[in-house]
Amino acid sequence: MATLTYRDALNQALREEMQRDPNVFLMGEEVGVYQGAYKVSRGLLEEFGPQRIVDTPIAELGFTGIGIGAAMGGIRPVIEFMTWNFAVLALDQIVNSAAKMLYMSGGQIPMPIVFRGPNGAALQLASQHSQAWEGWLTHIPGLKVVAPATPADAKGLLKSAIRDNNPVIVLEGEMLYNMKGDVPDGEHLVPIGKAEIKREGSDVTLVCHSKTLSVALKAAEQLAEQDIAAEVLDLRSLRPMDEAAILESVQKTNRAVVVEEGWPYVGVGAQVVDIIQRDAFDHLDAPVQRVTQADVPMPYNKVLERAAKASPEKVVAAARRVLYLDS
Amino acid sequence: MTATARPPKDTLNAELQLKMLRQMLLIRRFEEKAAEAYALGKIGGFCHLYIGQEAVAVGALAALRDDDYVICSYREHGQALVKGISPNAVMAELFGKATGCSKGKGGSMHLFDAKRGFMGGHGIVGGHIPLGAGLAFASKYQGQDRVCVCFFGEAAVNIGAFHETLNMASVWKLPVIFLCENNRYGMGTAFERVAAVTDIVEHACSYDMAAELVDGMNALTVYEATRRAVERARKHSHPTLLEVRTYRYMGHSMSDPLHGVYRTKDEVEEQKARDPITHLAGKLKEEGVIDQAGLDAMDAEVLAEVEEAVKFADESPDPEPDELFTDVLAE
Repeated sequence: MATLTYRDALNQALREEMQRDPNVFLMGEEVGVYQGAYKVSRGLLEEFGPQRIVDTPIAELGFTGIGIGAAMGGIRPVIEFMTWNFAVLALDQIVNSAAKMLYMSGGQIPMPIVFRGPNGAALQLASQHSQAWEGWLTHIPGLKVVAPATPADAKGLLKSAIRDNNPVIVLEGEMLYNMKGDVPDGEHLVPIGKAEIKREGSDVTLVCHSKTLSVALKAAEQLAEQDIAAEVLDLRSLRPMDEAAILESVQKTNRAVVVEEGWPYVGVGAQVVDIIQRDAFDHLDAPVQRVTQADVPMPYNKVLERAAKASPEKVVAAARRVLYLDS
Repeated sequence: MTATARPPKDTLNAELQLKMLRQMLLIRRFEEKAAEAYALGKIGGFCHLYIGQEAVAVGALAALRDDDYVICSYREHGQALVKGISPNAVMAELFGKATGCSKGKGGSMHLFDAKRGFMGGHGIVGGHIPLGAGLAFASKYQGQDRVCVCFFGEAAVNIGAFHETLNMASVWKLPVIFLCENNRYGMGTAFERVAAVTDIVEHACSYDMAAELVDGMNALTVYEATRRAVERARKHSHPTLLEVRTYRYMGHSMSDPLHGVYRTKDEVEEQKARDPITHLAGKLKEEGVIDQAGLDAMDAEVLAEVEEAVKFADESPDPEPDELFTDVLAE
């Protein structure tokens, strides 16, 4: 067990998987000579050479499609997007080519490919660079979507994603790259589709993923000071979603708040709420609350940006509402 | 790079030319039967026929090895048949049957046979152009010498994916042949109305790529040009852009008119005078390779094969209901 940053945990996952399987290669903007826009691929060009660490032009649609074609040809691409905001240019390829290839070929052509990169807002990057895309991506059958919140999960989920025979979206957090944590050495695989309780509690369930894990954990600390025991459930995978884990926790606490970085309309939280109302309705003591980004494009101004984001204070307020402590 | 229409060199033996003639006839008769079946409601959705363009698929694929990749747009019945998918499996797919080459899940626009290197039928204009380059990338990565021929229509040339892909294919020296079937109309829009550069071969200059302008109504010309491009790809790992000028006799799809607002009936009739099947049949008759009786026999044989395919498709079962949920994700 070593203490690594989230960035280095991803780097270790890539390195180990590329050492294990010569068919795994990395393609994207600035992944090679520049060592990665966020240094996730640091040192990989030196170790694996330009055939396997492929610098691309700024042409997301094109190189994503070439990656998908390469997967059709039997190799295992990892496509890095400098951010998911730019990946929208490649959405046709992800949705129309990668997600549907196996189905529309009647099961003939598997699609072992990973699409990864930072997702969600960082600091003061304004509207076009501050978006959380999981609502869009999780909507699509044929894709798997994971959103690790810790260095250990980042390594374990990326390794699982690379070994998966399906297209897997790995949503990283730009603000998480420097986060440190214990990461198991070597063969550490986190199964796709398994949530994890990151803090146990009995009064209210805080459902979160990716960057909102730290928001939920801080909220849980504050709630503990008010003698409220919050359980923090990190989804980790958004598709498939661990419905059993959500239901088990809500059946215990009878109350839930869903926290996410994305916008409220048709977001991931809406899906979580649907699962709860469908299969745990009789266990609920209060309507489920959601904490999301404000329903606006992200502003540049620091004060406005802070007001737009999910925060521990907003989560505490929502938790108090589901406990009927506030109206 | 010079782009010239070269006369066919007669390097082809008679046997291969007869095979090409038969393949073109098979496509023609297959598509005619598909049109009938569509009118009868046996085929649903969009169905884009290849009638008039047969020489392109037949000529190009004659220059390939069996293990080479072919990837196409949604107008791909012809390429699928020539790549070796049986008329039964293609027709059954159009009928949406379990015995179809994509198990009834793809339909006319999504024919697949991965074992034969037939990598689909893709429905978004230009969306499969990068996939074709990706197949070539995989071949090169794995140290194979398989090449990929990527067919697309001229309308796809206005799509960003075309330009992004040609650039990367050239930078990375990928063994891919971009084969543009210029049939002059993107649905009902004449290419010259929406393209600043109407000689598509010229786009190759932007990407420092070899290119050739090819008469697509002549299977032998297409064969020769593709052969040169395949050699360039296989031996030197260099991509090529082929602009193959052809013409579709039918509407864009079965639900579209043959002519009317966007082209005249006279124009269609005029183009039919260049018919690729008539042309090759005439040449082979002139050379004494085949006579009219031989031609009639070939046509009858092909027709019987297509009628058998319709019967097979008609009698095949629909997919089982639980097939709805299979093939969404791999194990």
